[in-house]
Amino acid sequence: MNSPAPYFHWGFILISLPNLILIAVMLVLFAVALIAPFPHGGGHHGADDDD
Amino acid sequence: MTEAGDESTGASPAGPAGGDRAEGAPGAEAGWTAAVRDQLTRRLTIEELLPTRQPAYVGSWVYVFGVVTIAALVWVVVSGVVLALMGSAWWHTSSLGHFFNSIHFWSVQMFFIFMVLHLWGQYWGAGWRDGRAKTWMVGVVIFLVSIVTAFTGYLVQQNFDSQWIAVNAKDAVNSTGLGGFFNVLNFGQMYGLHVMLFPIAVTLLVVLHILQVRSKGVVRPLGDPYVADAGVSTAPGGPAR
Repeated sequence: MNSPAPYFHWGFILISLPNLILIAVMLVLFAVALIAPFPHGGGHHGADDDD
Repeated sequence: MTEAGDESTGASPAGPAGGDRAEGAPGAEAGWTAAVRDQLTRRLTIEELLPTRQPAYVGSWVYVFGVVTIAALVWVVVSGVVLALMGSAWWHTSSLGHFFNSIHFWSVQMFFIFMVLHLWGQYWGAGWRDGRAKTWMVGVVIFLVSIVTAFTGYLVQQNFDSQWIAVNAKDAVNSTGLGGFFNVLNFGQMYGLHVMLFPIAVTLLVVLHILQVRSKGVVRPLGDPYVADAGVSTAPGGPAR
């Protein structure tokens, strides 16, 4: 914990492993949010969708 | 039109988008108080402020990111109030202080993570459509002010880390010409900004952002063929802006 994090260096990109992992987790979370089914309470629609 | 003489309710019968009550209509009260009240009741009815139903397309996890960001902000503020009350000696030496310090730090991490996820959702969904440009821009300002707020937080940790950050940051800030107004080596200034001015700014902007979202409603997904409220088309190929 008290040692410096490993860094990755590709061209002008320099990023630490923790930050890289965080960005990857965020991308996965965003993708899951797009495709995961959302629980619909009663399955009713909005008022403007009913008519 | 009969609205000019209708002062029984604030809710305009013309609907959520604001109706068409004419400015300076006969019978309207004079004065800025009445003008502000009319603007508020026309732009945001209580039904829009506290809706019980949402359109079907809101049933997606993507729309959860915004409210999770707000939840994180609540924890940031609550833990920040406790830290401000107890002081740096407490948060550095006691186990409970460490706990609240960690709550403050990690709720800030959650705030930024979910704010960025919310930003992605709105960017790729073009959330600024159909008169929501101001809502988008207030969100941009919240993002920027939040970054400065978090930065001042790193500067007032009262440890070697904050000193290291301040000494390195001073050159960057001075290079922008702002060093005379925003001195990162001035602990009193940074602490005052971090516990008072910036939190109030972020909170007020978030409240404004929520009111804007409530006023306009959640933007329809791209490609949705339906026609939205007040006749504003959201059909593919060119909604009114």
